[in-house]
This record gives sequence, structure tokens and C-alpha cells, in this order.
Amino acid sequence: MIDSSYRFEFYVGDAENVMKRLMVFFLLMALPALSLGQTVRRASDDTETLIRNATILTVSHGTLNGADILIRRGKIAAIGPNLQAARNARVIDASGKYVMPGIIDCHSHTMIDAVNELTLTVTSMVRIRDVLNPTDEAIYRALAGGVTTANLLHGSGNAIGGQNTVVKFKYGRPIEDFIFPGALPGIKFALGENPKRTNFPQLPGQRRYPATRMGVEEVIRDAFVRARDYRAAWDAYRVRSKREKNLVPPRRELELEPLVEVLEGKRFVHAHCYRADEILMLINLADEFGFKVRTFQHTLEGYKVASEIARHGAGASIFADFWGYKIEAYDAIPYNAVIMTRAGVNVSLNSDSDERMRRLNIEAAKMIRYGDMTEQEALKMITMNPAWQLGIQDRVGSIDVGKDADMTIWNGHPLSVYSRVESTLIDGEVFFDRRQDVTRRTELERERVTLEKAEPNRPPAKGGTEPPRPREGRRAYSDDDDQWFGGDQ
Amino acid sequence: MKPSTNMFIAKMRVSGFKSVPYKISLEVQPRKRVSLNAQLQITLSFLILISLPTCVFPQGGNVVSQNQNGAPGVYVIRNARIVTVSGPVIENGTLVIRDGKIEKVGTNVSVPTDAIEIDAHGLSVYPGMMDLGTSMGLVEIGSGAPGTVDTAETGDMNPNAQAIIGLNPHSAHISVTRVSGVTTVLSLPTRNIISGQAALINLRGSTSTEMAVVSSAGLAINFPRVSTSSFDALFNQQEINISDAIKTRDAQLEQLRKILKDALAYGVARDAYIRDNALPRPKESVVLSALVPFARGERPVILRVNRETDIRAALRFAKEMHLRPIILGGNDAWKVADLLKQHDIPVIVTGVWDLPPNDDDFYDVLFENAAKLHKAGVSFCISSGDSGAHVRDLPVQAGMAAAFGLPQDEALKSVTLYPAQIMNVADRMGSIEIGKIANLVITDGDLLEARTHVRYLFIEGRLMPLVSRHTELYDQFKDRK
Repeated sequence: MIDSSYRFEFYVGDAENVMKRLMVFFLLMALPALSLGQTVRRASDDTETLIRNATILTVSHGTLNGADILIRRGKIAAIGPNLQAARNARVIDASGKYVMPGIIDCHSHTMIDAVNELTLTVTSMVRIRDVLNPTDEAIYRALAGGVTTANLLHGSGNAIGGQNTVVKFKYGRPIEDFIFPGALPGIKFALGENPKRTNFPQLPGQRRYPATRMGVEEVIRDAFVRARDYRAAWDAYRVRSKREKNLVPPRRELELEPLVEVLEGKRFVHAHCYRADEILMLINLADEFGFKVRTFQHTLEGYKVASEIARHGAGASIFADFWGYKIEAYDAIPYNAVIMTRAGVNVSLNSDSDERMRRLNIEAAKMIRYGDMTEQEALKMITMNPAWQLGIQDRVGSIDVGKDADMTIWNGHPLSVYSRVESTLIDGEVFFDRRQDVTRRTELERERVTLEKAEPNRPPAKGGTEPPRPREGRRAYSDDDDQWFGGDQ
Repeated sequence: MKPSTNMFIAKMRVSGFKSVPYKISLEVQPRKRVSLNAQLQITLSFLILISLPTCVFPQGGNVVSQNQNGAPGVYVIRNARIVTVSGPVIENGTLVIRDGKIEKVGTNVSVPTDAIEIDAHGLSVYPGMMDLGTSMGLVEIGSGAPGTVDTAETGDMNPNAQAIIGLNPHSAHISVTRVSGVTTVLSLPTRNIISGQAALINLRGSTSTEMAVVSSAGLAINFPRVSTSSFDALFNQQEINISDAIKTRDAQLEQLRKILKDALAYGVARDAYIRDNALPRPKESVVLSALVPFARGERPVILRVNRETDIRAALRFAKEMHLRPIILGGNDAWKVADLLKQHDIPVIVTGVWDLPPNDDDFYDVLFENAAKLHKAGVSFCISSGDSGAHVRDLPVQAGMAAAFGLPQDEALKSVTLYPAQIMNVADRMGSIEIGKIANLVITDGDLLEARTHVRYLFIEGRLMPLVSRHTELYDQFKDRK
């Protein structure tokens, strides 16, 4: 198991290694001076990690029994039996345990302080990056469910929503450390009931355009017509400005710039959708304007038009078996994944919920029941497939040499309901460790008792009532609710 | 193997006037055969003959009829691993179903000649699962289709609202739920203070009366609590002053106390009048008469309550009013386990998958709730807490509790025998025992695993088709190019 003090460990060898010890000593002495203003150097920067004797679900090339994984500088350096690591390597004994790639959630609103900019129908100018909260406790809970990477999406209130951000869940770090390096930027689109706003209470006379699926198509079409003109204006300016001096450039349009990037294939479209007809609508519109939809999100009726989605080349990021919570979700079936997969669509399973995000392994396991998908296919839908959908397949999504050391260690097969996460690593560093978590509990309980006894927290005088409790956290969706307040289905 | 693509070969031979022995072979998988041998009475054979042309084989090759009410008959399940739940597991066992009941079970069982045989080699037989926290049939589509929502009446006190009256026996949720192995649910009205009467139903039947196990199985009450948030007309969250919230809670509790006392008084007056017609006849009250058996503690009240202080308050209130309480929800039940144990109050745990109630709770606080209740000796069962569409998650929720400390056999009991005990129907269901209702699930693996397939399903001894809205849409679109 993992030594809880590994972060501050350094190797102290035997008598033969006096030189090494001295070097380490001097290095440590010099460190504060060299790294002024920086945090303490982390073990993973230079220390190797060896995960020993695990059952490795590589996802890309089958299952390896009793194999090791060597992690160096945050990357997977080697995979195989009886690997040798440096003498100061941190060793994790994973005997009897399972290792799989970190789970990737292609649809999440975790960490987001403001999900929907609802005042316009096209809000391509707003960025999720600007409203991220790295202290959201949902991150830690997701890590405890094995999730390492998430696609943080704008809400689905607008036909064209805001720009999304792909993050690694480096809980406890500043927000800059979360941003997935090199992930292609994306944008949220939304079709159907949500941009229509027909399920949401509105004041009389405040109805927003569009109110129908016809209007949703028109809003997107109009935006791309404007984006095409805008791009043409800039292209013309660039050509003319080579000959003419003092030419006035076109006015910058923050709304249209991301859409030009979509037209140029530099930005992924993640389109929230439900019904088959609206999926076809967007495929046709995208073909007409010459861009690709990278993922259809939810895609609950994707199985009705699976071949069309496959031909367009889009992926589908779906719920395993969530259905019936509104009319456009009534034809959702748990066989959606198998039908689309067999048609050649890249399918991922997402959470769209802080609750569901903690158990995406179980959502994957359900797909074996519905349509007899294989274990490998089930695991792919929460690792390799969402990696492709986010354009980060060269970095994460499988246990392969050269990839980021994002992985999760389980006490049993991750597709069993009886299994739970022991540790979650990102770039070779441990961000969740159950043993550490459990060990700290007594201390935290003691701290809580002390705090509750403190003067400001005492209840009012006798006969009074208890002090106000913290507001209840965001709850999981229940279709018993008239309205969903916490998420974005 | 894809569902519904299995080969089907039926060979039938009429060898007598009175009975029609025949053999049906099903190609389930290339190397796996399930055979049904049957000596059927003529009436039964006609039924099968009629239904044969419409036979379908979803989820792995079952001979089932499209008749959503299932095929009654005498069945023998052989070579099965029988997980009785109440007793030890029987390896290689035989189980006989007759007249809707479990007639025989064991290793040394004489097989009746008139039985339809299911070779369950490699399969396991479990009792059907029960979920006591649903609103099955009371809501079809929660958002955007208010016409399909019958979960909550207007007004604070609705003891006369009965789930058995409002539930739709043809809801798509019912077949979707049962094909995953959940055969019995408690359907509860929701909201307000007294929500109404819950119905315990088997997930089979054309009418709610046919489905009913216990029509009025308990009175659902949202136990008043201090709530510091509400929603305005546009569903924006509003903060409420804490002292106002306390006043509201106290007033609601007083309202509840009053109506229960009124019901007791009404009951006394009514009974007196029945004994002696010379006494003044009390004015009949639909509301109060519905409340009498619950106010008297003759039938259970099901108190929806989650927070520690509220559970304590609910227990005090139930004691004061001499009610028969069952806690529904119980997120903080582990904090009051000793008290629950001391007063022998059962808990229907609905929140295994709820997010931790407080920001600083340990991440697994609700995953571990059931394990802690078990350790403390509290009577509990696990429920999905879902209104209908996702009740099928019940087994995996129980499995999750097992991943966090609940012994696996206890997890199984928490969705079979324990809910039956809490509903006081363990004499009829909840385990595999002679004489119990034949609600049975036959699987190719552990019942609680998400990846397990249900291969056969019996409700009240009827072989149910493994067909649902979902398999039908699957069949419709799976081969579209």
C-alpha cells in the first residue's frame, strides 16, 4: 500500500551511498532558494512510482495478470512483469488488486459556479474556464469513484452555449493545474426541450426565442451564416492588408470567433440532443456548413439514427440507462450504446451529475447486461472512447507506455458492484487514497467536535434551537422533482 | 450473443386427445441449450398454442408469450443453484411451482409429470426483489407532462389519497422494472404533510386490484422539518429565516398532531354509534375515517425523514401518538442507530446513492449507512427511492452498500427478505420457501451485479415475458442500417 508520507520522502541509502545522501541533502538545502515562491517540489516530479503485481485492465490491449507499471515523470514508463525501479521509487503493492485507466467523464458540470448564461440564445462568447471552482468537494468524491478527467460543459439552455473546458481533477491545486494541457477547445450546442425553455417556468410575456425545434435550427443556422460572413470579412482584410496600409480591420466579434474556429475544425462541437430528428437536423446543418459535430451529448434516440451518426463521424456521449424524466427522454433505451457501437459510433458513458460521476464503473457494467457488450467494450466507454471524443486519446484513456499516468486502483474488478476504488493517480501522483482518507477520519472528527464546542457555534440559550445547519448539498436528480435545479439533462 | 436473435425450434406432437405432450428446444447460444418438457392439460396447451406465434426471446432466449400477464402453469426448475435467502443455498436443486406458489424446493424433489420444465443448469434462482420506496405507476414522465403525474394531491393532509386508486397498471415503468428482477414494490404518494396511502403491489396484472398485495400498506407522511430554503414562482431558490422556518415546522407538527387526535376521536364516536344507534351519529368524514387505522397504530405510518434531529423528533412523535412508524429515507439513520434498535423501528434506506448531505461529510457516508445499521442490529431494507423509471437500479444500489461494508448476503436480504419483513408479508414473500408466492428471478450470475442477465422471471407463479418498452424499441431499431 501507499506510504502516506511519500510526498516528503527521500531516499536514505546505506553506507555505500554516502555520496548520494550528501547530494540529496544539498539538493534539499538548495531547493527553497532555487524555487522561491514555489510550492514544495513534489515526489512525482523526480521520483519513480512502481505499481507492483496488479491485474491490469489496459483497455487498449487486454488484461495483464500479475504485472507491474513503472511511472516516471508523470508518464507510464514501462508495463510488464518484474519491472525494476530506482531504489528510491515509491512502491505500491497492488497484489490482488485491479488497475484501470482513470475514468473520463465527457459531460460534467462539476466545479462550475454558473452553468447557464440564459439571457441569449447564442452565448458562444462565454467561457466555463472563467467560472471554475477548484475547491468543489464533488471533485474529491469523483476521484473516489475513479474519475481523473472531465469535460466541463456549459448548460443546455441555449441553442449555442458557452465554451467548455477539459480538466484533470487535481484536487487541492490551483485552477491552472486542472486545465488539461493541449485539449482542443470545444463549445456546447443544445437542441430540443431545453433551448425551447418549455419545461421551465417563465414570467408572462418573457418567452424567449426559440420556442420550437424549428426555431432552434434557425438560431444555429443564423449564427453560422454570420460566422461565415465574419470569416470572409477577415480573410478579405488579411489579403488586402498585404497590399494596403492603414486598412481598418473588421470589428472583432467574440460571439463569432469560436464559431469560425468550429468552421475551421479548430473547436469541437458537443451538442446536447435527445430526439432522432434533431440529431439529423444538426448533421445536415453541419454538412451544409462544412463542419463536424465531435460529440452528440445524451443522444438518447441515437439508436434510431445510428448509421447516420456513424457516417457523419460523430461520437455519442450518453447515459447508460437514464430515461423517462421528460418527454424527449421517453424513448431512451439502455440498448442505445450497443446499437450505436455496432453501427460504428464511438460511444462514451457520461454522468452529467456529481452523483452519477462517482459510479461510472457501474454504469459501464450495465452495458454488459444490455446487448451483451464485452467487458473491454464496457471499459472503453468510460476511458478510451471519451478520450477520443475530447481529442486527448494520445495522452489518456488506456494503460500504455508513454501515456499520462492517470489510473485508478480497485480492490476488485471495477465492473463489479462489490468493488471500490483504493487509489486514484493523476500524472503519477496520488489524489485519492482510501486508506489515507479513513486514517484521517478520527482526527477530523475530533476537530469537528472542538469546532462545534467553540463559542460562536454553541446553540442559543436554554430552550433555544439548534444553530442553522449548512444548506443541503446538491442532490441527485430524481424524476420525482418537478424541476431539476442541480444539473442539466 | 444479441438478444432476440436466437433460433427457435418448436416440435409439437399431438399424442392424445386429453393432453398434448410436446418438447420445445431453444437455441440460446451456439453451445447452450435450454429445454422445456411439458405434459400439459388441454386448457393450458391451448393457451400456449395461441401464444406461440407471438413468442419472443429477449435478453437471452426465454420462451415467453407476449401476454404481459405471464403464463400460469405448473413449472419445474431443475439443476439450479437456489439462493433461498432464508436458508442455505441449494446447489443443483429443483423447485416446483404450482398455483402461483412454491410447492417444492430441494435436492431430492419428485418432479410432477404435468410440469413445464426449465433446465437452469449454470443459472441461479433468487426470490424476486422488493423496493419499498417507489411511486410506481403514479408518475410516467416527471417533467413536461403534468397529465401523467399523480403523485401528490393538493392540500397538506391527504390520508384519503390512495396510491392503489391512482396507479397506472400499464405504465411502461412496470415492465422495465420487473425484467430486472424487481417483482414487488411499495408505491407511495409524495409531498405535503400526509401524502396518502401506499400500496404494496406485485409488478404484474391488468388492474391495480390484480396487482395488489396489500392495498393500503401504510400511510406516507413527510415528517415536518426545519427547511431554510424554498422556491419562488420562477423556481429560484430562496433563503428562509431560521426562526421563521422553525415556526413553520412547529405549526405543521401541531397540525399533524391535531388531525391524528381528531381521527382517534372520530373513531371513538363512530365505533360508539355502531355499537349503539341511539347515540348521535357522527358526521361521516372521508379524511378522518381513512386516518383511523393509522392513528390507532393498527397500520404503519411511513415517515419520510432524513436528518438526525428530524429522525429523533419523528420517533418522539410516534411514541407520543402511539403510532407504528417506519422510517423512509434515513440518510442520518446511522447516527441514531442505537435509538432505532432500542425501539425496534425499521428503516427503508433510500439514499445509498444520494450525495453526502453535508459538504464536510466523508465521501462514503451514505454508501456505509446500511452497513452501520446492520452492525447496530437495526431492522432495515434498501430501496432505490426512485419514483419508477429507475427502480431497476435497486440491486446495484444494494451492491454498492456491500462494497462499503455490508456483508453480501445481508445486501441480498436487504432487497428481498427484509423489505418483506418490514411490510409484514414475510409469510408470503421475500425468500424461497415452500408455500410462498412464486416471485422468482433466474439469473446467469450474482443478482446484485449490474452485468448479470435475468434469464427467466416468475411473478405469482407465472412465467413473465422478458419484454418491456425498451426491448421492444431495441427490436424495432437494432437492425436498421
